[in-house]
Amino acid sequence: MSIVVLSGSTMGSKTRTAMNAVYDQIKNQHPDETVTLIDLADHELVFSDGRNYLEYTGDTQYVTQKLMDADAIFIGTPIFQASIPGSLKNIFDLLPQNGLRDKTVSLLMTAGSAKHYLIAETQLKPILAYMKAQIVQTFVFMDERDFHRKEIVNEDALFRIERLVEDTFILMYTYQSVKQAKEEEYGF
Amino acid sequence: MSFQDYRINEKNGLEFGLYTLGDHLENPLEGKRISAQQRLQELIEMAKLAEQAGLDVISVGESHQDYFTTQAHTVVLSAMAQATEKIKLSSSSTIISTLDPVRVFEDFATIDLISNGRAEIVAGRASRVGLFDLLGYDLRDYEELFEEKFELLLQINNEETVTWQGEFRPVLKNAHILPRPLNGKLPIWRAVGGAPASAMKAGYQGVPMTLAMLGGPASIFKRSIDAYRETLDASGYDAKEFPVATAGFFYAAETTQQAQREYYPHINEGMKRTNGQGFPKQQFAQGAHPKNIMNVGSPQEIIEKILYQHETFGHQRYMAQLDFGGVPFDKIMKNIELIGKEILPAVKKYTTRN
Repeated sequence: MSIVVLSGSTMGSKTRTAMNAVYDQIKNQHPDETVTLIDLADHELVFSDGRNYLEYTGDTQYVTQKLMDADAIFIGTPIFQASIPGSLKNIFDLLPQNGLRDKTVSLLMTAGSAKHYLIAETQLKPILAYMKAQIVQTFVFMDERDFHRKEIVNEDALFRIERLVEDTFILMYTYQSVKQAKEEEYGF
Repeated sequence: MSFQDYRINEKNGLEFGLYTLGDHLENPLEGKRISAQQRLQELIEMAKLAEQAGLDVISVGESHQDYFTTQAHTVVLSAMAQATEKIKLSSSSTIISTLDPVRVFEDFATIDLISNGRAEIVAGRASRVGLFDLLGYDLRDYEELFEEKFELLLQINNEETVTWQGEFRPVLKNAHILPRPLNGKLPIWRAVGGAPASAMKAGYQGVPMTLAMLGGPASIFKRSIDAYRETLDASGYDAKEFPVATAGFFYAAETTQQAQREYYPHINEGMKRTNGQGFPKQQFAQGAHPKNIMNVGSPQEIIEKILYQHETFGHQRYMAQLDFGGVPFDKIMKNIELIGKEILPAVKKYTTRN
């Protein structure tokens, strides 16, 4: 299986710090799986102009291809102006309409305030559903108090990340194996 | 306008044709790709076999990118013209946006004369956009390039001496555009994707449309065809005078199961390479349903599907894509044989009007 850990913002440090923890947790739980961490702050992506993702070049091609090849994607994102950052929305715009079909997708949200707790439910999950992702229903929500100087200081948050990784792999393995059995029944 | 302007005689029943994108992909079952030369030779051979089997049309697409081999699709059509005698020669499609309409008309009018009146054009906007960079166009002009150049192509078709001014091509002042096709005009169609809005554009323009259908229930595509005809009528045309063609995946074998088994790897791998996503097995499996537009199955099932589609759409032409994704030539031959011997006679029998 191919796993991508995506840090969806080009600014700030909380999301990257949390996604590092997600990455470590995956490595810990599933040392044999292939995991790639992509931090959008490290890549120069163009804005979507509607073309097929295969036709982009450079970093845009690298990132979209990694995502399209993934079996599971851990999306980490901050909340800006009561919504997801433009850098993450651009990722969705770059991918095809059904670009998350057969992929298990889970979420980790970081925010300055707990007032933003429902942004994942009201804004992010509908996009993932439209793109046909298998969504892990529970997500991790972390706020300012969980971090100090690029470290996670709230141990509870680490337990939540541990469970997120477990839940994501359970859904991915279950979905893939049931789907495979179903497809074998088709006989072609 | 009438069907005659598009060289369609409804008395002869539903026209049946083959279309190829000219893709050049490996056969996933063997993991090997034939040479571009062999692929081109086989395409010309395919046209000959289609004609011998009694098919009405063969069309060739223009694509400028990896995994394709008919970049110069008019040259291929010209070779097909020389190799055949009766079959109509069309495109699927000609990307008018990034070509000069004058040169496109010259090419197709020439093929029309070489083929004694068998050439036509299906103009499209390109589903892949690499050719914009290659040929020096700005993707931001995607829509307007098509609309302006397609309008010019239609004008050249209607007027031998053309005066024209636009944004994307130098001015034409009393330009004499030659040669003229055999009956003075070429049938020119507009290529349309799945959505009704795309079909309506053909309706506003008063041109026949070729509707591409990858998969799904016929009722979905019926919406586009209805929208097209309603738009024609609302724009001052008579929808009854404009033919509709549909185009989609086709594969026949002794049984539906065998057809699915043989074609699926080609479709799936081919789509991955050219579109970036495979074809979901679930959708492919549903494709076997009698009301699904994917014509993959036994000859009898395909006959029933095509007749159901004809009843639903009232279309004049069906174009089958049976060579996608590196289907080996012996299977292409077998398919054409099944069409000629079993499918075509039945389709013609039930759609011919006396």
